[in-house]
Amino acid sequence: MTTRSDPAAPATASAQPDLVERLLAGDRRALARMVTLIENRAPEARQMLARLHAHGGHAHIVGFTGSPGAGKSTLVTQLARELRRRGQRVGVIAVDPSSPFTGGAILGDRIRMQELAGDPNVFIRSMASRGSVGGLAAATRDATRALDAAGFDTIIVETVGAGQAEVEIVRAAQTVVVVVVPGMGDDIQAIKAGILEIADIFVVNKADRPGADQAAAELRMLLSLDEHRKEHAWKTPIIKTVGMTGEGAPELADKLAAHLASLKETGQLAARDGRQAQSEMLALLHQALIERISATIGEEEWRRLVAQVVERESDPYTTADELASRIGLAPEASHPAG
Amino acid sequence: MLVAKPGLDGHDRGAKVIARALRDGGMEVIYTGIRQTPQMIVEAAIQEDVDAILMSILSGAHMAIFPKVMELLRENGVDDVLVMAGGILPDEDIPAIEAMGVHGNFGPGTPLSAIIEYVKAHVDPQRMRQELSPLRADGPHAAEGSDQPA
Repeated sequence: MTTRSDPAAPATASAQPDLVERLLAGDRRALARMVTLIENRAPEARQMLARLHAHGGHAHIVGFTGSPGAGKSTLVTQLARELRRRGQRVGVIAVDPSSPFTGGAILGDRIRMQELAGDPNVFIRSMASRGSVGGLAAATRDATRALDAAGFDTIIVETVGAGQAEVEIVRAAQTVVVVVVPGMGDDIQAIKAGILEIADIFVVNKADRPGADQAAAELRMLLSLDEHRKEHAWKTPIIKTVGMTGEGAPELADKLAAHLASLKETGQLAARDGRQAQSEMLALLHQALIERISATIGEEEWRRLVAQVVERESDPYTTADELASRIGLAPEASHPAG
Repeated sequence: MLVAKPGLDGHDRGAKVIARALRDGGMEVIYTGIRQTPQMIVEAAIQEDVDAILMSILSGAHMAIFPKVMELLRENGVDDVLVMAGGILPDEDIPAIEAMGVHGNFGPGTPLSAIIEYVKAHVDPQRMRQELSPLRADGPHAAEGSDQPA
């Protein structure tokens, strides 16, 4: 990719050649600004991320997902405190939904993370999903790259309150924690297709409420039915926690460490990293393709082509083939599943 | 946008209404919750890399809290953030508050639209959320050359 001089460079995107060095040296403002550049898709973020990649790979990236109100933020706070007691530096990325109508968002996860305030070895960043589906923001994975390079030992990614299909966290995290609460028996049934399959660790939070044992038992039963899991060395644990008191947080921290060790032992970590690198590269290629088309035909013509398809004057297949050949791709070369 | 509720009063209905109004104005609003110390506000502003801080205060402690916030911002080299306040701010204190670099100072009865307009007028429009072009992949990186500020 060529670096274009950008006459309308945003104020935030003004050239800061030492931003990466400042970030690597532990400057929190540099890290915060880096995340902003990533979120805003600033042109220079790309080169900076390319530089940061070499400095990463040390952090344990832990995803937290579960339905809204399951107590994810409170539990993340308790886990972060436990990890701090163990001498770790902890980064938190908390994703909340953007309004599909105005693009605005209220990011409220910090409210429940106040106990972590003032600790220089904790860095919390809120992030709006900005139209991405799947429980994360498009920038989340790159933001973890920045926190990883900045030397955080564990990076906790909290997804938006998730239901069945928000499984994007699998592509961003090494260990996925799924948080459920008692009294949602039917919901556990409902999540078994999506979220149940991605859990490396189950947490039954609010375990001081009635029904916690039953919820754990139901999870255990669903796990035992999952043929896929029997092949794996890792036996998905079910931990009971009380977010308000921190009960269960040490056990959760133990299991996180055990899961990471298991991933390393079995070669799964390398396999996961490989899958993630692959999906990142495919996403970048996909984007490069779209940029190329954008540069070739522009928005006006794009809209016209879309309208023609809608009006049945043309069809999506022929239009896509024609566009592909205009940017130098033979139609046959297009990906069959694309 | 960081909406913060410094000091000891626990009445944050106003702060929440404003947070919601800013959201409806298309902004991303981090709401900190009540009983924020100046240190917590500045730390959150740094980590979240916000464009503006809006403090809602009813307790009368503004002449103690605002200077501390401004001092901590200076100490941390944060000089590109718009600092605003609203709530119960006596008229005779306003010149001193303005002199500290705290602006807006919206009292009771201020229309929400006035606050949103103020933010939009004073925050760099380039930093406002960018409209996603239909031709932009939902990928993780910048689409060069096709940026369309909202």
